[in-house]
Amino acid sequence: MSDLVKSGAITLVMLGGVLTLSALLIWAERRLLGIWQERFGPNRVGPGGILQPLADMVKIFTKEDWIPPFADKAVFVLTPAIVVITALMSFAVVPLAPGFVVADLDIGILFFLGMSSLAAYSVIVGGWASNNKFAFLGGLRATAQLLSYELFMGLSVMGSVLLAGSFKLTDIVEAQRDLWFVVPQFLGFVGFLIAGLAEAHRTPFDLPEAETELVAGYHTEYSGMKFGMFFVGEYVSVILLSAMIVVLFFGGWHGPLLPPPLWFLLKTGFFIMLVFLIRATLPRLRFDQFLSFGWKVGMPLALINLLVTGGVVLWKGGPS
Amino acid sequence: MTVLRSIRDLLLGLWVVFRRTFRKPVTVQYPDERPYLPPRWRGRIVLTRDPDGAERCVACYLCAVACPVDCIALQATEDPASSDRRYPEWFRINFSRCIYCGYCEEACPTYAIQLVPDFEQSDYARRNLVYEKEDLLISGTGKYPDYNFYRVAGVKIGGKDKGEAENELPPVDVRTLMP
Repeated sequence: MSDLVKSGAITLVMLGGVLTLSALLIWAERRLLGIWQERFGPNRVGPGGILQPLADMVKIFTKEDWIPPFADKAVFVLTPAIVVITALMSFAVVPLAPGFVVADLDIGILFFLGMSSLAAYSVIVGGWASNNKFAFLGGLRATAQLLSYELFMGLSVMGSVLLAGSFKLTDIVEAQRDLWFVVPQFLGFVGFLIAGLAEAHRTPFDLPEAETELVAGYHTEYSGMKFGMFFVGEYVSVILLSAMIVVLFFGGWHGPLLPPPLWFLLKTGFFIMLVFLIRATLPRLRFDQFLSFGWKVGMPLALINLLVTGGVVLWKGGPS
Repeated sequence: MTVLRSIRDLLLGLWVVFRRTFRKPVTVQYPDERPYLPPRWRGRIVLTRDPDGAERCVACYLCAVACPVDCIALQATEDPASSDRRYPEWFRINFSRCIYCGYCEEACPTYAIQLVPDFEQSDYARRNLVYEKEDLLISGTGKYPDYNFYRVAGVKIGGKDKGEAENELPPVDVRTLMP
């Protein structure tokens, strides 16, 4: 019983925390982009503009929620929910601190990978259901992009799994007590970062929504809170990406002096900032460039990395 | 080698952008901070008065002619009872058309029409942007505090005959002109 209450409380804290944080990130990203472009960004609502998401929310809720008459209504309405649900579901397996995890699954990583693949469906299906050529092109790009990054995303994670000898995320974090996996698995880290950026549709790889070419890509036809859901879903997946990088390569909650959850949040915050910095710096790739990178560079490197890691683990006589 | 250079450039780019964190933003936060407007800034149009307090405008229509968007309209009139001066009966500038080019100011022979450093003219209704003479006329002299057209021009007006203006010789009497 008390277990149930405890996991219920953890679930609520995780859900509330992630959703609040993603709302705050909308402000934080705009503010940081502003600072990096030598301007202020939103600084009028509340202290330093921190209440900007609130004002945005009021605005987006009072907007007309329009469903185009030519759209496939049921699917069109369902799609934004899939984005948020799948992104939030992945947080079930993210261990924030020892014992502080919603569901410590034995196949945590597979669950995460599965959920992130499901999230890609929302983009594809949303683009299809909109029945608009720009949305459709966005959906098509998402499909092709998915095929190219999903492969080396999974492969680059496997290095950490081999070193830890477990799919369980808490075990992987425990295995990094002495040495963060970013050192032996640097290639894996880089691969995962790139694939994760593509997964969250962040700037160098935001091809499915490329504003300059496709209006807004797969969510061209979405308005009101349905568009808001896509927006929140994007920020939730940014948090998820950062949290997974920390768990898989940067020792999770391990760190000197400070309490474990704080270390986790600090490291996650650092990677969220890195994602924003990358958005502020790098221009969008051409579509064929990204595809050929995925197939000709990303995947072979991830495979070689996996091969070498496997060999070293075998040579040392099994996982540590 | 190309790959290494690309990676270096990528990281360098991130660093260059990150350095901006510590720069001061160039934004002028407008309603709180006001930008500096030079005295010759071309903004709102005013009609000025000469140092004696009379209207400078002599209703010559040159500004209305010079105006490329035809936003200036006026009607000249004369009041022989007070003086022989021409002055505008009404003077109207449609600021929803005005492009603030300053041609009217350049055309004005009496320095009456002037552009002043003020751009805060926004309004909710377009009809409110049509300024009448009483909106345009100011009590001061504007940019040329000492200039008084009738004091330097050789025109005869009420209270001043020919030859009585500043730096002006009395008119030559052609009948007494001897070789």
